[in-house]
Amino acid sequence: MIVFILRRLTQSAVVIAAMAVLVFTGIFAIGNPIDVLISPEADEVERAAAIARLGLDQPMHVQFARFVESAVGGDLGTSFVHGVPALGLVLQRFPATLELALAAMLLAVLLGIPLGLWAGLKPDSVAGRVIMTGSILGFSLPTFWVGMMLIMAFAVQLGWLPAGGRGQTASLFGIQWSFLTRDGLAHLILPAINLATFKLSLVIRLARAGTREVALQDYVKFARAKGLSPARVVGVHILKNIMIPVVTVLGLELGSVIAFSVVTESVFAWPGMGKLLIESILQLDRPVVVAYLLLTVLLFVVINLVVDLIYSMLDPRIRLGGGRA
Amino acid sequence: MTQPLLRVENLQTHFATRAGTVKAVNGVSFDLRRGEILGLVGESGSGKSVTGQSILGLVDLPGRIVGGRVLFDGEDLVTAGEKRLRAIRGRRIAMIFQDPMMTLNPVLSVETQMVEAVLAHDKVGRAEARRRSRDALGRVGIASPDERLAAYPHQFSGGMRQRVAIAIALLHSPDLILADEPTTALDVTIQAQILFEVQTLCRETGTALLWVTHDLAVVSALADRVAVMYAGRIVETGPIADVIQAPRHPYTRGLLDSVPSRNRRGVPLRSIPGMAPSALDLPQGCAFQPRCGRADAACSVMPDLAPDAHAWRCWHPHDADAQGAAA
Amino acid sequence: MSAAREESPLRRLARDFARSRVAVVGLAVLVLVMLAAVFAQLVAPQDPYDLAQLDIMDSLQPPGTAGGAGWTYWLGTDDQGRDLWSAIVFGLRTSLEVGILATLIALAVGVAVGMLAAYAGGAVDGAIMRLVDIQLSFPAILIALILLALLGKGVDKVIVALAAVQWAYYARTVRGSALVERRKEYVEAARCLALPHSRIMLRHLLPNCLPPLIVVATVQVAHAIALEATLSFLGVGVPVTEPSLGMLIASGYGFMLSGNYWVSLFPGVALLVVIVAINLVGDRLRDVLNPRLSH
Repeated sequence: MIVFILRRLTQSAVVIAAMAVLVFTGIFAIGNPIDVLISPEADEVERAAAIARLGLDQPMHVQFARFVESAVGGDLGTSFVHGVPALGLVLQRFPATLELALAAMLLAVLLGIPLGLWAGLKPDSVAGRVIMTGSILGFSLPTFWVGMMLIMAFAVQLGWLPAGGRGQTASLFGIQWSFLTRDGLAHLILPAINLATFKLSLVIRLARAGTREVALQDYVKFARAKGLSPARVVGVHILKNIMIPVVTVLGLELGSVIAFSVVTESVFAWPGMGKLLIESILQLDRPVVVAYLLLTVLLFVVINLVVDLIYSMLDPRIRLGGGRA
Repeated sequence: MTQPLLRVENLQTHFATRAGTVKAVNGVSFDLRRGEILGLVGESGSGKSVTGQSILGLVDLPGRIVGGRVLFDGEDLVTAGEKRLRAIRGRRIAMIFQDPMMTLNPVLSVETQMVEAVLAHDKVGRAEARRRSRDALGRVGIASPDERLAAYPHQFSGGMRQRVAIAIALLHSPDLILADEPTTALDVTIQAQILFEVQTLCRETGTALLWVTHDLAVVSALADRVAVMYAGRIVETGPIADVIQAPRHPYTRGLLDSVPSRNRRGVPLRSIPGMAPSALDLPQGCAFQPRCGRADAACSVMPDLAPDAHAWRCWHPHDADAQGAAA
Repeated sequence: MSAAREESPLRRLARDFARSRVAVVGLAVLVLVMLAAVFAQLVAPQDPYDLAQLDIMDSLQPPGTAGGAGWTYWLGTDDQGRDLWSAIVFGLRTSLEVGILATLIALAVGVAVGMLAAYAGGAVDGAIMRLVDIQLSFPAILIALILLALLGKGVDKVIVALAAVQWAYYARTVRGSALVERRKEYVEAARCLALPHSRIMLRHLLPNCLPPLIVVATVQVAHAIALEATLSFLGVGVPVTEPSLGMLIASGYGFMLSGNYWVSLFPGVALLVVIVAINLVGDRLRDVLNPRLSH
């Protein structure tokens, strides 16, 4: 197990290093670093000073070393717009995004697995067909449009739920969370549903395909032959087997949910880091964009690592290796 | 005569497929007494496995029991509700499947899978359930059962997994075990070991055994009686010695002629000509007639199975003493 | 006559395809949409971007209102008195143009790179596939956003960004099927004849990699259109002067909250119809062209 973790950590480090090179190349080789790192409003003197300060007149490898050094130290430049360190700005918005992403994932799993199980156990029933049609629609609908329709239906027409913002928040571990207050929770519902739609369709498909495959296995019949209740056969023998692909894919999708929260946050004015990214892109606040990018890469790598660990916990064949552990 | 433990009467299990109805089990009847071992023999597709699964109501859709009765201790399992069946499954009738690689859930530990089987029928504590599981593993010859309980199926060899499956089947000392080719997927030596052990365990506990297999040689070493199935029907049944010594149905004889150990050296093995018929397109009357050297016009009417101890479904049976003569 | 006896592969394909009624409907819708986009001037009663044709007095009219010019605004008008139906037809044109062009470029790049990887093998293959893996592990929208942040606005920039997002899918698909095909005898035979590498790749390998590519490309056009709409909605996509469906939806967003739902709703429905139609056709193509591909 320890060997496994170490090996995965090494792999992660390699990916981070590769991404650092890519980001660096993106800024310094493809783009013009002066545009990225120096505010367009700076005058000639300031520019010259900044170029010298940032070492943009140095050879590439020296610049790369500096870039890595400052990135490791958490210095990713200062926001042109807000005048504060870019990384801090992004980090400050991170909990809102995380809250939204996790709420969406939770919804996708809590609804998707039972629906997928149902559709998989009774593929030819009316309910099974309805579930599958719904999941096809969920795949086709663009997220932002679904979000707008949700607002129109539930906020504008029915007036049941608020249309945007985080609502009232409460503090936990020194961070503000919406789900701890009634008002905040009401604000969380629509964005979470919106962000969950696509993943819900995915979970349904995965769970259905897994169920159809697993339900035909001899071990399911053997479990029934032991006299187990249907609840135990489905809830333990089938569920535990379909959880392996679902968890793997979902874990990997957490990154994509965080990325897609850019859209949902923009629709629902949810003050997360995705909304910050869009604002920064529109305002040409590039240090913030770079900070977001590097943070996201790091996040992705961490997520992949955690997913692998969970995966290995779910599947004894991986956890224990081929033979006796 | 006392009531048999299991009486299958005119059992019919059909599969509704897009291409038509497959009559996998088409009027099968047999009795099984307490402690008796019956071998149910046939090629793949003969309906023998479906017969076994029909007894416990474990046939998956599109398969369905469309007729007949399965009387277990006088109770009809075909009409019994799912709840009633559940109380019988694993407790009074246990089942062992063909491929030990597939019968244990790969993501659950052996302990989980054994303990749940205990708890499905007995209200005992976990510790007690665990103790019983460990004892059951010991009984089927698994060394250091305590350690093995915590393991997962992939850490066992095929033979060991089948022992675990047998141990699970024996947990509640059932009256009947349905064994669906449980040794086919194993090495020959392990196959022999397991056969011997199962036989011993059944004799000790007085458990009846329905041994489903394609292998007549296995049955001849194990069973008290044998029923030979072809295309969804029993074509010959009787005490094992009678059937082996004097097979009457041409199909049974064909099967015996293709068993290597039964033939004298130098005599070439004979296989049955032709192929097993498509279950969708069975000939009128006797299903074996297209492959049978003795078939004539009479065979287009299905012969009946006499209610005798040794009975056959054939208009032109071999003579009782004709064993060994050239066919 | 022998000509009628042998059914051409294309005919067989068409017949298999037509066996799914839903897919035929999807295809019909798709053809109609394409025609409408190509002949936008004829289909739309108004040129929505000729300001002289707009009447500000007709702004934000609900669907079905009779307009000043003597015809009816069946889908209503936007804040500048623009007929929404006309705007949608023209928006469709931009959306399809961006989606199809981006897909074609990505297809060309992806096929070239994938073929190279499969044909060269070894370290080249390893390096290319690593890059593909890394790119595919990041969500498309993130890559497109970052690229557009670096490149700036414009229809051409959006096309480049979308192509950059997609190429990896094709590279992976082509490499997969080319590796399979490469081992087959006809390629060996072509090699023994000492045909030039380029000829073997283009004339022998490529045609056999086509079926999976067509399937992936069809579905990717839908993805590209949806992604373009999303990017335009976020304000980093096409410029206001060439509004796509996504842009129309975005510009109607503000009015939606005040109850003028149609400005956003109808472009959204149009977008949905296009995407669903493409997906239906793509799904069916996948089933018809290669049953093994379906999952």
